Amino acid sequence: MGEFRMPSLGADMEEGKIVEWLVKPGDYVHRGDLVAVVDTDKADIDVESFEEGVIAELLVDIGTTVPVGTALARIVQTPAAGATPHAAAPTKRRPAATPPAATAPPESPPSPKPPSPKPPTASPLVRHLAHQLGVDTRNVRGTGARGALTRDDVERAAASDQPQPQPQPQPQPQPAPVPAHAPARVRSSPRARRLAAELGIDLLTVSGTGPQGAITESDVRAAHPPGAASPADVRKPAAQTPAAQTPAAQTPAAPDEPTRKPAGARAESLRRAIGTLMARSKKTIPHYYLSTTIDMGAALEWMRAANDQRAISARLVPSALMLKAAALAAAKVPEMNGFYTDDRFTPSTAVHLGVAVALRHGGLVAPAIHDADALSLDDLMDGLKDLVGRARSGHLQRAEMADPTITVTNLGDLGVDAVFGVIYPPQVALVGFGAVSEQPVARGGLLGVRPVVTATLSADHRVSDGLRGARYLALVAELLQKPEEL
Amino acid sequence: MTEDDARTAVRAAIALIAPEIEEADLNADARLRQDLELDSLDFLRLVETLAGQTGVDIPESDYAQVATVAGLVAYLAARS
Repeated sequence: MGEFRMPSLGADMEEGKIVEWLVKPGDYVHRGDLVAVVDTDKADIDVESFEEGVIAELLVDIGTTVPVGTALARIVQTPAAGATPHAAAPTKRRPAATPPAATAPPESPPSPKPPSPKPPTASPLVRHLAHQLGVDTRNVRGTGARGALTRDDVERAAASDQPQPQPQPQPQPQPAPVPAHAPARVRSSPRARRLAAELGIDLLTVSGTGPQGAITESDVRAAHPPGAASPADVRKPAAQTPAAQTPAAQTPAAPDEPTRKPAGARAESLRRAIGTLMARSKKTIPHYYLSTTIDMGAALEWMRAANDQRAISARLVPSALMLKAAALAAAKVPEMNGFYTDDRFTPSTAVHLGVAVALRHGGLVAPAIHDADALSLDDLMDGLKDLVGRARSGHLQRAEMADPTITVTNLGDLGVDAVFGVIYPPQVALVGFGAVSEQPVARGGLLGVRPVVTATLSADHRVSDGLRGARYLALVAELLQKPEEL
Repeated sequence: MTEDDARTAVRAAIALIAPEIEEADLNADARLRQDLELDSLDFLRLVETLAGQTGVDIPESDYAQVATVAGLVAYLAARS
Protein backbone atom coordinates (compact mmCIF):
# COMPACT_ATOMS: atom_id res chain seq x y z
CA MET A 1 0.00 0.00 0.00
CA GLY A 2 1.26 3.43 -0.80
CA GLU A 3 0.48 6.88 0.31
CA PHE A 4 0.38 10.01 -1.72
CA ARG A 5 1.90 12.73 0.47
CA MET A 6 2.08 16.48 0.43
CA PRO A 7 5.33 17.05 -1.43
CA SER A 8 7.89 19.74 -0.79
CA LEU A 9 7.78 22.11 -3.73
CA GLY A 10 10.87 24.08 -2.96
CA ALA A 11 13.34 24.85 -0.21
CA ASP A 12 10.97 27.30 1.43
CA MET A 13 7.73 25.31 1.50
CA GLU A 14 6.37 24.04 4.80
CA GLU A 15 2.71 23.43 4.07
CA GLY A 16 0.26 23.36 1.21
CA LYS A 17 -3.46 23.41 0.62
CA ILE A 18 -5.35 20.95 -1.52
CA VAL A 19 -7.44 23.01 -3.92
CA GLU A 20 -8.46 20.29 -6.33
CA TRP A 21 -8.46 16.54 -6.60
CA LEU A 22 -7.85 15.36 -10.17
CA VAL A 23 -8.68 11.76 -9.26
CA LYS A 24 -11.33 10.01 -7.25
CA PRO A 25 -11.42 6.73 -5.40
CA GLY A 26 -11.32 3.86 -7.88
CA ASP A 27 -9.19 5.69 -10.43
CA TYR A 28 -6.08 3.95 -11.67
CA VAL A 29 -2.96 6.11 -11.57
CA HIS A 30 0.43 5.56 -13.14
CA ARG A 31 3.55 7.05 -11.72
CA GLY A 32 3.65 10.57 -13.07
CA ASP A 33 -0.11 10.96 -13.49
CA LEU A 34 -1.42 14.19 -12.04
CA VAL A 35 -3.35 13.59 -8.87
CA ALA A 36 -4.04 16.87 -7.13
CA VAL A 37 -3.62 20.61 -7.33
CA VAL A 38 -1.82 22.14 -4.36
CA ASP A 39 -1.89 25.81 -3.49
CA THR A 40 1.46 27.12 -2.23
CA ASP A 41 2.61 30.67 -1.64
CA LYS A 42 3.81 30.75 -5.22
CA ALA A 43 1.22 29.15 -7.43
CA ASP A 44 -1.32 26.41 -7.82
CA ILE A 45 0.82 23.40 -8.54
CA ASP A 46 -0.16 20.12 -10.18
CA VAL A 47 1.25 17.25 -8.20
CA GLU A 48 1.84 13.82 -9.70
CA SER A 49 1.73 10.36 -8.18
CA PHE A 50 4.95 8.56 -7.29
CA GLU A 51 3.10 5.27 -7.05
CA GLU A 52 1.18 3.15 -9.47
CA GLY A 53 -2.11 1.71 -8.34
CA VAL A 54 -5.71 2.41 -7.54
CA ILE A 55 -6.74 5.39 -5.48
CA ALA A 56 -8.40 3.77 -2.49
CA GLU A 57 -9.24 6.81 -0.45
CA LEU A 58 -8.73 10.54 -0.40
CA LEU A 59 -7.62 11.49 3.09
CA VAL A 60 -7.69 15.27 2.93
CA ASP A 61 -10.58 17.48 1.95
CA ILE A 62 -10.40 20.23 -0.56
CA GLY A 63 -9.56 23.48 1.17
CA THR A 64 -7.50 21.88 3.93
CA THR A 65 -3.95 23.05 4.60
CA VAL A 66 -1.53 20.37 5.78
CA PRO A 67 2.24 20.22 6.47
CA VAL A 68 4.67 18.78 3.94
CA GLY A 69 4.75 14.99 4.30
CA THR A 70 1.12 14.54 5.35
CA ALA A 71 -0.59 11.57 3.70
CA LEU A 72 -3.18 12.90 1.24
CA ALA A 73 -4.47 9.73 -0.38
CA ARG A 74 -4.12 6.01 -0.07
CA ILE A 75 -2.98 4.12 -3.16
CA VAL A 76 -3.28 0.35 -3.36
CA GLN A 77 -1.85 -2.02 -5.93
CA THR A 78 -5.10 -3.87 -6.68
CA PRO A 79 -8.69 -2.73 -6.64
CA ALA A 80 -9.56 -5.61 -4.30
CA ALA A 81 -7.21 -4.22 -1.70
CA GLY A 82 -8.83 -0.85 -2.18
CA ALA A 83 -12.11 -2.30 -0.96
CA THR A 84 -10.61 -3.39 2.34
CA PRO A 85 -11.11 -1.04 5.24
CA HIS A 86 -8.37 1.32 6.23
CA ALA A 87 -7.45 -0.70 9.31
CA ALA A 88 -6.98 -3.98 7.42
CA ALA A 89 -3.60 -5.67 7.18
CA PRO A 90 -1.31 -3.90 4.76
CA THR A 91 -1.51 -5.16 1.23
CA LYS A 92 1.55 -6.95 -0.03
CA ARG A 93 3.35 -4.68 -2.38
CA ARG A 94 4.07 -5.95 -5.84
CA PRO A 95 7.67 -5.93 -6.92
CA ALA A 96 8.20 -2.91 -9.09
CA ALA A 97 9.40 -4.98 -12.03
CA THR A 98 6.13 -6.87 -12.36
CA PRO A 99 3.54 -4.78 -14.10
CA PRO A 100 0.23 -5.10 -12.31
CA ALA A 101 -2.33 -7.19 -14.12
CA ALA A 102 -4.45 -4.14 -14.61
CA THR A 103 -1.93 -2.65 -17.00
CA ALA A 104 -2.26 -5.47 -19.54
CA PRO A 105 -2.37 -4.12 -23.08
CA PRO A 106 -5.82 -2.96 -24.06
CA GLU A 107 -7.93 -4.94 -26.46
CA SER A 108 -7.92 -2.21 -28.98
CA PRO A 109 -7.11 -2.84 -32.65
CA PRO A 110 -3.59 -4.26 -32.77
CA SER A 111 -0.99 -1.60 -33.25
CA PRO A 112 1.83 -2.26 -35.71
CA LYS A 113 4.35 -2.26 -32.87
CA PRO A 114 3.80 -4.53 -29.92
CA PRO A 115 3.83 -2.57 -26.70
CA SER A 116 7.19 -2.93 -25.04
CA PRO A 117 7.13 -3.81 -21.37
CA LYS A 118 9.37 -0.93 -20.42
CA PRO A 119 8.30 2.57 -21.36
CA PRO A 120 10.82 4.42 -23.49
CA THR A 121 12.53 7.31 -21.80
CA ALA A 122 10.80 10.63 -22.17
CA SER A 123 11.46 14.04 -20.77
CA PRO A 124 8.93 15.35 -18.27
CA LEU A 125 7.66 17.77 -20.90
CA VAL A 126 6.99 14.92 -23.28
CA ARG A 127 5.44 12.82 -20.55
CA HIS A 128 3.21 15.71 -19.64
CA LEU A 129 2.16 16.09 -23.25
CA ALA A 130 1.47 12.36 -23.49
CA HIS A 131 -0.62 12.61 -20.39
CA GLN A 132 -2.58 15.54 -21.74
CA LEU A 133 -3.22 13.78 -25.01
CA GLY A 134 -4.07 10.49 -23.32
CA VAL A 135 -1.19 8.68 -25.03
CA ASP A 136 0.21 5.62 -23.26
CA THR A 137 3.94 6.06 -23.73
CA ARG A 138 4.54 2.31 -23.53
CA ASN A 139 2.81 1.95 -26.86
CA VAL A 140 4.88 4.56 -28.65
CA ARG A 141 8.25 4.06 -30.27
CA GLY A 142 10.71 6.83 -29.54
CA THR A 143 12.68 8.37 -32.39
CA GLY A 144 14.82 10.67 -30.26
CA ALA A 145 18.30 10.12 -28.87
CA ARG A 146 18.72 6.59 -27.44
CA GLY A 147 15.12 5.80 -28.33
CA ALA A 148 13.73 8.61 -26.20
CA LEU A 149 10.24 9.83 -26.97
CA THR A 150 9.95 13.21 -28.62
CA ARG A 151 6.98 15.55 -28.78
CA ASP A 152 6.49 14.50 -32.39
CA ASP A 153 6.28 10.83 -31.44
CA VAL A 154 3.59 11.56 -28.88
CA GLU A 155 1.64 13.88 -31.14
CA ARG A 156 1.77 11.35 -33.96
CA ALA A 157 0.57 8.64 -31.61
CA ALA A 158 -2.22 10.88 -30.39
CA ALA A 159 -3.30 11.61 -33.94
CA SER A 160 -3.28 7.96 -34.97
CA ASP A 161 -5.05 6.95 -31.79
CA GLN A 162 -7.96 9.28 -32.31
CA PRO A 163 -10.50 6.69 -33.44
CA GLN A 164 -9.36 4.10 -30.93
CA PRO A 165 -10.55 3.83 -27.40
CA GLN A 166 -8.14 5.25 -24.87
CA PRO A 167 -5.62 2.56 -24.00
CA GLN A 168 -6.21 3.10 -20.33
CA PRO A 169 -5.74 0.16 -18.02
CA GLN A 170 -8.91 -0.85 -16.27
CA PRO A 171 -9.10 -1.93 -12.68
CA GLN A 172 -10.50 -5.41 -12.16
CA PRO A 173 -14.23 -5.63 -11.53
CA GLN A 174 -14.94 -4.07 -8.21
CA PRO A 175 -17.95 -3.27 -6.08
CA ALA A 176 -17.93 0.48 -6.51
CA PRO A 177 -19.11 1.37 -10.00
CA VAL A 178 -16.41 3.27 -11.80
CA PRO A 179 -17.22 4.79 -15.15
CA ALA A 180 -15.24 3.07 -17.89
CA HIS A 181 -13.67 6.35 -18.88
CA ALA A 182 -12.69 7.40 -15.40
CA PRO A 183 -8.90 7.43 -15.79
CA ALA A 184 -8.96 9.38 -19.03
CA ARG A 185 -8.36 12.98 -18.10
CA VAL A 186 -10.08 15.45 -20.28
CA ARG A 187 -7.84 18.30 -21.25
CA SER A 188 -9.40 21.36 -19.71
CA SER A 189 -8.47 24.63 -18.14
CA PRO A 190 -8.60 24.97 -14.35
CA ARG A 191 -11.33 27.58 -14.71
CA ALA A 192 -13.33 25.24 -16.87
CA ARG A 193 -12.94 22.41 -14.36
CA ARG A 194 -14.00 24.65 -11.52
CA LEU A 195 -17.00 25.95 -13.38
CA ALA A 196 -18.00 22.46 -14.47
CA ALA A 197 -17.89 21.34 -10.86
CA GLU A 198 -19.98 24.32 -9.79
CA LEU A 199 -22.57 23.64 -12.45
CA GLY A 200 -22.51 19.90 -11.95
CA ILE A 201 -21.42 19.22 -15.52
CA ASP A 202 -19.40 16.13 -16.43
CA LEU A 203 -16.47 17.36 -18.52
CA LEU A 204 -16.59 14.15 -20.52
CA THR A 205 -19.89 15.30 -21.97
CA VAL A 206 -18.49 18.63 -23.12
CA SER A 207 -16.79 19.07 -26.44
CA GLY A 208 -13.73 21.27 -26.27
CA THR A 209 -12.89 24.08 -28.66
CA GLY A 210 -9.55 25.07 -27.13
CA PRO A 211 -6.07 24.01 -28.21
CA GLN A 212 -5.92 20.25 -28.84
CA GLY A 213 -9.61 19.99 -28.04
CA ALA A 214 -9.17 21.38 -24.56
CA ILE A 215 -12.36 22.37 -22.82
CA THR A 216 -12.54 26.06 -22.08
CA GLU A 217 -14.68 27.97 -19.66
CA SER A 218 -17.02 29.04 -22.45
CA ASP A 219 -17.42 25.43 -23.62
CA VAL A 220 -18.66 24.59 -20.15
CA ARG A 221 -21.01 27.56 -20.16
CA ALA A 222 -22.30 26.48 -23.56
CA ALA A 223 -22.98 23.01 -22.20
CA HIS A 224 -24.96 24.47 -19.33
CA PRO A 225 -28.51 25.41 -20.28
CA PRO A 226 -29.19 28.96 -19.19
CA GLY A 227 -31.32 29.16 -16.08
CA ALA A 228 -30.53 25.64 -15.03
CA ALA A 229 -29.89 25.47 -11.34
CA SER A 230 -26.60 24.40 -9.86
CA PRO A 231 -26.79 21.32 -7.74
CA ALA A 232 -27.70 22.27 -4.22
CA ASP A 233 -25.35 19.78 -2.65
CA VAL A 234 -22.14 21.50 -3.60
CA ARG A 235 -19.73 20.54 -0.86
CA LYS A 236 -18.16 23.09 1.34
CA PRO A 237 -14.73 22.19 2.59
CA ALA A 238 -14.77 20.81 6.10
CA ALA A 239 -12.77 23.32 8.02
CA GLN A 240 -10.36 21.26 10.12
CA THR A 241 -11.87 17.79 10.10
CA PRO A 242 -9.45 15.04 11.14
CA ALA A 243 -8.43 13.93 7.70
CA ALA A 244 -8.47 10.18 8.04
CA GLN A 245 -12.03 10.00 9.27
CA THR A 246 -13.61 11.95 6.49
CA PRO A 247 -13.87 10.43 3.08
CA ALA A 248 -13.10 13.32 0.79
CA ALA A 249 -15.38 14.65 -1.87
CA GLN A 250 -16.19 12.26 -4.67
CA THR A 251 -16.07 14.96 -7.26
CA PRO A 252 -12.63 15.35 -8.73
CA ALA A 253 -12.92 19.09 -9.04
CA ALA A 254 -13.01 21.93 -6.58
CA PRO A 255 -16.44 23.41 -6.13
CA ASP A 256 -15.32 26.28 -3.98
CA GLU A 257 -13.86 29.43 -5.36
CA PRO A 258 -12.60 30.66 -1.96
CA THR A 259 -10.16 27.74 -1.70
CA ARG A 260 -7.96 29.56 -4.18
CA LYS A 261 -6.20 32.68 -3.16
CA PRO A 262 -7.30 35.94 -4.70
CA ALA A 263 -4.54 37.61 -6.70
CA GLY A 264 -3.84 40.21 -4.03
CA ALA A 265 -3.37 37.70 -1.23
CA ARG A 266 -1.20 35.57 -3.48
CA ALA A 267 1.01 38.54 -4.35
CA GLU A 268 1.45 39.26 -0.67
CA SER A 269 2.32 35.73 0.36
CA LEU A 270 4.57 35.39 -2.67
CA ARG A 271 6.41 38.56 -1.75
CA ARG A 272 6.97 37.17 1.74
CA ALA A 273 8.19 33.84 0.39
CA ILE A 274 10.62 35.54 -1.99
CA GLY A 275 11.88 37.76 0.80
CA THR A 276 12.51 34.81 3.10
CA LEU A 277 14.28 32.79 0.43
CA MET A 278 16.43 35.65 -0.84
CA ALA A 279 17.41 36.66 2.71
CA ARG A 280 18.48 33.09 3.32
CA SER A 281 20.45 33.09 0.08
CA LYS A 282 22.31 36.28 0.94
CA LYS A 283 22.96 35.08 4.49
CA THR A 284 24.31 31.67 3.58
CA ILE A 285 25.69 31.83 0.04
CA PRO A 286 28.94 33.72 -0.53
CA HIS A 287 28.10 35.13 -3.94
CA TYR A 288 30.65 36.26 -6.48
CA TYR A 289 29.69 38.12 -9.62
CA LEU A 290 31.09 38.19 -13.16
CA SER A 291 29.90 39.81 -16.33
CA THR A 292 30.77 39.72 -19.99
CA THR A 293 29.52 41.42 -23.12
CA ILE A 294 28.43 39.06 -25.87
CA ASP A 295 28.17 39.93 -29.55
CA MET A 296 24.67 38.85 -30.61
CA GLY A 297 25.09 39.72 -34.30
CA ALA A 298 25.41 36.16 -35.55
CA ALA A 299 22.66 34.83 -33.29
CA LEU A 300 20.12 37.50 -34.24
CA GLU A 301 20.91 37.31 -37.93
CA TRP A 302 20.44 33.55 -37.86
CA MET A 303 17.21 33.89 -35.87
CA ARG A 304 15.73 36.50 -38.22
CA ALA A 305 16.49 34.35 -41.24
CA ALA A 306 14.94 31.34 -39.51
CA ASN A 307 11.86 33.31 -38.42
CA ASP A 308 11.27 34.61 -41.95
CA GLN A 309 10.58 31.03 -43.01
CA ARG A 310 8.31 30.26 -40.12
CA ALA A 311 4.69 30.68 -39.18
CA ILE A 312 4.24 33.11 -36.29
CA SER A 313 3.50 30.28 -33.90
CA ALA A 314 6.91 28.75 -34.61
CA ARG A 315 8.95 31.93 -34.38
CA LEU A 316 11.83 32.11 -31.94
CA VAL A 317 12.69 34.91 -29.54
CA PRO A 318 16.28 35.82 -28.58
CA SER A 319 15.64 34.55 -25.03
CA ALA A 320 15.28 31.01 -26.35
CA LEU A 321 18.78 31.16 -27.85
CA MET A 322 20.25 32.55 -24.65
CA LEU A 323 18.51 29.95 -22.51
CA LYS A 324 19.79 27.15 -24.71
CA ALA A 325 23.34 28.50 -24.54
CA ALA A 326 23.07 28.84 -20.76
CA ALA A 327 21.85 25.24 -20.47
CA LEU A 328 24.55 23.79 -22.74
CA ALA A 329 27.24 25.66 -20.85
CA ALA A 330 25.84 24.42 -17.53
CA ALA A 331 26.18 20.85 -18.75
CA LYS A 332 29.87 21.51 -19.42
CA VAL A 333 30.71 23.34 -16.19
CA PRO A 334 29.29 21.12 -13.48
CA GLU A 335 30.20 23.52 -10.65
CA MET A 336 27.37 25.76 -11.79
CA ASN A 337 24.69 23.09 -12.00
CA GLY A 338 23.35 21.26 -8.96
CA PHE A 339 22.45 21.66 -5.33
CA TYR A 340 24.34 22.68 -2.21
CA THR A 341 22.77 20.88 0.72
CA ASP A 342 24.10 19.62 4.05
CA ASP A 343 27.43 21.39 3.62
CA ARG A 344 28.27 19.76 0.37
CA PHE A 345 27.70 20.28 -3.32
CA THR A 346 26.05 17.63 -5.44
CA PRO A 347 26.39 18.33 -9.14
CA SER A 348 23.46 17.37 -11.33
CA THR A 349 23.96 15.42 -14.54
CA ALA A 350 20.68 16.78 -15.90
CA VAL A 351 20.25 20.48 -16.59
CA HIS A 352 16.83 21.61 -15.39
CA LEU A 353 16.92 25.24 -16.30
CA GLY A 354 14.98 27.50 -13.97
CA VAL A 355 13.50 30.46 -15.80
CA ALA A 356 12.61 33.53 -13.76
CA VAL A 357 9.12 34.59 -14.79
CA ALA A 358 7.78 37.95 -13.64
CA LEU A 359 4.16 37.65 -12.60
CA ARG A 360 1.73 40.33 -13.62
CA HIS A 361 0.56 41.17 -10.15
CA GLY A 362 4.11 41.37 -8.84
CA GLY A 363 6.61 38.82 -7.68
CA LEU A 364 8.26 36.11 -9.66
CA VAL A 365 8.59 32.36 -9.86
CA ALA A 366 11.43 30.40 -11.44
CA PRO A 367 10.12 27.02 -12.56
CA ALA A 368 12.27 24.63 -14.57
CA ILE A 369 12.39 23.60 -18.19
CA HIS A 370 13.51 20.02 -17.74
CA ASP A 371 16.57 18.73 -19.60
CA ALA A 372 16.90 22.07 -21.34
CA ASP A 373 20.35 21.21 -22.68
CA ALA A 374 18.95 18.23 -24.57
CA LEU A 375 15.93 19.97 -26.08
CA SER A 376 16.01 21.27 -29.61
CA LEU A 377 15.68 25.02 -29.88
CA ASP A 378 12.09 24.58 -31.09
CA ASP A 379 11.17 22.33 -28.19
CA LEU A 380 12.83 24.72 -25.78
CA MET A 381 10.84 27.60 -27.27
CA ASP A 382 7.60 25.62 -26.93
CA GLY A 383 8.54 24.68 -23.40
CA LEU A 384 9.27 28.30 -22.56
CA LYS A 385 5.94 29.56 -23.91
CA ASP A 386 4.07 26.83 -22.10
CA LEU A 387 5.93 27.40 -18.83
CA VAL A 388 5.57 31.19 -18.83
CA GLY A 389 1.87 30.92 -19.65
CA ARG A 390 1.24 28.48 -16.84
CA ALA A 391 3.44 30.36 -14.37
CA ARG A 392 1.36 33.47 -14.97
CA SER A 393 -1.95 31.68 -14.78
CA GLY A 394 -0.67 30.17 -11.52
CA HIS A 395 -0.64 26.57 -12.60
CA LEU A 396 2.67 24.77 -12.42
CA GLN A 397 3.71 21.22 -11.77
CA ARG A 398 5.49 19.90 -8.74
CA ALA A 399 8.68 18.92 -10.55
CA GLU A 400 8.90 22.27 -12.27
CA MET A 401 9.02 24.00 -8.90
CA ALA A 402 11.28 21.51 -7.16
CA ASP A 403 13.82 20.59 -9.83
CA PRO A 404 15.70 23.64 -11.17
CA THR A 405 19.46 23.03 -11.03
CA ILE A 406 20.45 26.50 -12.26
CA THR A 407 18.33 29.57 -12.97
CA VAL A 408 18.37 32.19 -15.70
CA THR A 409 16.85 35.64 -15.40
CA ASN A 410 16.31 37.82 -18.39
CA LEU A 411 15.40 41.43 -17.74
CA GLY A 412 16.27 42.55 -21.24
CA ASP A 413 12.70 43.23 -22.24
CA LEU A 414 12.55 46.20 -19.94
CA GLY A 415 15.77 47.67 -21.17
CA VAL A 416 18.25 47.21 -18.34
CA ASP A 417 21.82 46.51 -19.41
CA ALA A 418 22.66 43.90 -16.84
CA VAL A 419 21.15 42.01 -13.93
CA PHE A 420 23.20 40.66 -11.02
CA GLY A 421 20.86 38.15 -9.48
CA VAL A 422 20.50 36.42 -6.15
CA ILE A 423 21.04 32.67 -6.24
CA TYR A 424 18.03 30.48 -5.46
CA PRO A 425 19.08 28.09 -2.70
CA PRO A 426 19.94 25.25 -2.86
CA GLN A 427 21.15 26.08 -6.37
CA VAL A 428 24.65 27.45 -6.81
CA ALA A 429 24.46 29.77 -9.79
CA LEU A 430 22.20 32.31 -11.41
CA VAL A 431 22.73 33.61 -14.94
CA GLY A 432 21.41 37.01 -16.00
CA PHE A 433 20.86 38.52 -19.42
CA GLY A 434 20.20 42.21 -19.97
CA ALA A 435 18.79 43.96 -23.00
CA VAL A 436 20.14 43.33 -26.47
CA SER A 437 21.18 46.76 -27.67
CA GLU A 438 23.24 48.21 -30.47
CA GLN A 439 26.62 49.38 -29.28
CA PRO A 440 29.82 50.62 -30.86
CA VAL A 441 32.18 47.68 -30.94
CA ALA A 442 35.80 47.60 -32.06
CA ARG A 443 36.65 44.55 -34.13
CA GLY A 444 39.88 43.99 -36.01
CA GLY A 445 40.88 47.60 -35.49
CA LEU A 446 37.62 48.95 -36.89
CA LEU A 447 34.73 50.50 -35.05
CA GLY A 448 31.33 49.12 -35.93
CA VAL A 449 27.84 48.97 -34.52
CA ARG A 450 26.77 45.55 -33.26
CA PRO A 451 23.90 44.15 -31.22
CA VAL A 452 25.32 43.04 -27.87
CA VAL A 453 24.01 41.65 -24.61
CA THR A 454 25.59 41.68 -21.16
CA ALA A 455 25.55 38.26 -19.57
CA THR A 456 26.22 37.98 -15.85
CA LEU A 457 26.88 35.15 -13.49
CA SER A 458 26.22 35.05 -9.76
CA ALA A 459 27.86 31.93 -8.38
CA ASP A 460 28.48 30.26 -5.04
CA HIS A 461 32.04 30.64 -3.77
CA ARG A 462 31.69 27.51 -1.64
CA VAL A 463 31.50 25.55 -4.86
CA SER A 464 33.52 27.40 -7.48
CA ASP A 465 35.97 30.20 -8.03
CA GLY A 466 35.98 33.04 -10.50
CA LEU A 467 38.04 31.02 -12.93
CA ARG A 468 35.33 28.40 -13.38
CA GLY A 469 32.70 31.10 -13.47
CA ALA A 470 34.63 32.86 -16.21
CA ARG A 471 34.84 29.59 -18.10
CA TYR A 472 31.06 29.28 -17.86
CA LEU A 473 30.38 32.77 -19.23
CA ALA A 474 32.98 32.34 -21.98
CA LEU A 475 31.21 29.14 -23.05
CA VAL A 476 27.85 30.91 -23.19
CA ALA A 477 29.42 33.59 -25.38
CA GLU A 478 31.03 31.02 -27.67
CA LEU A 479 27.82 29.04 -28.05
CA LEU A 480 25.92 32.15 -29.09
CA GLN A 481 28.37 32.69 -31.95
CA LYS A 482 27.19 29.45 -33.55
CA PRO A 483 23.42 29.71 -33.31
CA GLU A 484 22.87 27.02 -35.93
CA GLU A 485 24.39 24.51 -33.50
CA LEU A 486 22.20 25.47 -30.57
CA MET B 1 -10.36 47.34 -42.03
CA THR B 2 -11.04 50.73 -40.55
CA GLU B 3 -8.91 52.21 -37.81
CA ASP B 4 -11.78 51.62 -35.39
CA ASP B 5 -11.94 47.92 -36.29
CA ALA B 6 -8.19 47.67 -35.93
CA ARG B 7 -8.30 49.41 -32.57
CA THR B 8 -11.01 47.04 -31.38
CA ALA B 9 -8.96 44.03 -32.50
CA VAL B 10 -5.83 45.33 -30.75
CA ARG B 11 -7.70 45.99 -27.51
CA ALA B 12 -9.28 42.56 -27.57
CA ALA B 13 -5.95 40.86 -28.23
CA ILE B 14 -4.16 42.74 -25.46
CA ALA B 15 -7.02 42.01 -23.06
CA LEU B 16 -6.58 38.33 -23.86
CA ILE B 17 -2.82 38.27 -23.38
CA ALA B 18 -2.45 40.65 -20.46
CA PRO B 19 -5.85 40.82 -18.76
CA GLU B 20 -4.51 43.00 -15.97
CA ILE B 21 -3.89 45.95 -18.28
CA GLU B 22 -6.59 48.55 -17.72
CA GLU B 23 -8.54 49.82 -20.68
CA ALA B 24 -7.48 53.32 -19.65
CA ASP B 25 -3.79 52.45 -20.05
CA LEU B 26 -4.29 51.55 -23.68
CA ASN B 27 -3.86 55.05 -25.03
CA ALA B 28 -2.47 55.50 -28.49
CA ASP B 29 1.01 56.50 -27.36
CA ALA B 30 1.45 53.55 -25.02
CA ARG B 31 4.56 51.55 -25.88
CA LEU B 32 3.90 47.83 -25.78
CA ARG B 33 7.17 46.85 -24.14
CA GLN B 34 8.01 49.73 -21.84
CA ASP B 35 4.59 51.05 -20.84
CA LEU B 36 2.41 47.96 -21.05
CA GLU B 37 5.28 45.69 -19.91
CA LEU B 38 4.67 43.07 -22.55
CA ASP B 39 7.73 40.84 -22.84
CA SER B 40 8.97 39.22 -26.02
CA LEU B 41 6.78 36.15 -25.50
CA ASP B 42 3.70 38.30 -24.86
CA PHE B 43 4.49 40.27 -27.97
CA LEU B 44 4.81 37.12 -30.04
CA ARG B 45 1.44 35.93 -28.74
CA LEU B 46 -0.05 39.32 -29.58
CA VAL B 47 1.22 39.09 -33.15
CA GLU B 48 -0.12 35.55 -33.38
CA THR B 49 -3.52 36.46 -31.96
CA LEU B 50 -3.88 39.43 -34.30
CA ALA B 51 -2.92 37.31 -37.29
CA GLY B 52 -5.73 34.94 -36.35
CA GLN B 53 -8.23 37.74 -35.91
CA THR B 54 -7.34 40.01 -38.78
CA GLY B 55 -5.33 37.87 -41.18
CA VAL B 56 -2.41 40.29 -41.02
CA ASP B 57 0.89 38.51 -40.51
CA ILE B 58 3.41 40.98 -39.10
CA PRO B 59 6.90 39.87 -40.15
CA GLU B 60 9.71 40.29 -37.66
CA SER B 61 11.30 42.96 -39.83
CA ASP B 62 8.24 45.18 -39.22
CA TYR B 63 8.23 44.83 -35.42
CA ALA B 64 9.74 48.30 -35.03
CA GLN B 65 6.69 49.84 -36.75
CA VAL B 66 4.28 48.28 -34.27
CA ALA B 67 6.01 49.20 -31.02
CA THR B 68 3.12 51.40 -29.84
CA VAL B 69 -0.64 50.90 -29.72
CA ALA B 70 -1.10 53.58 -32.41
CA GLY B 71 1.58 52.03 -34.61
CA LEU B 72 -0.02 48.63 -34.34
CA VAL B 73 -3.51 49.98 -35.13
CA ALA B 74 -2.24 51.90 -38.16
CA TYR B 75 -0.29 48.89 -39.40
CA LEU B 76 -3.34 46.61 -39.24
CA ALA B 77 -5.70 49.19 -40.72
CA ALA B 78 -3.41 49.69 -43.70
CA ARG B 79 -3.07 45.99 -44.48
CA SER B 80 -6.43 44.34 -43.97
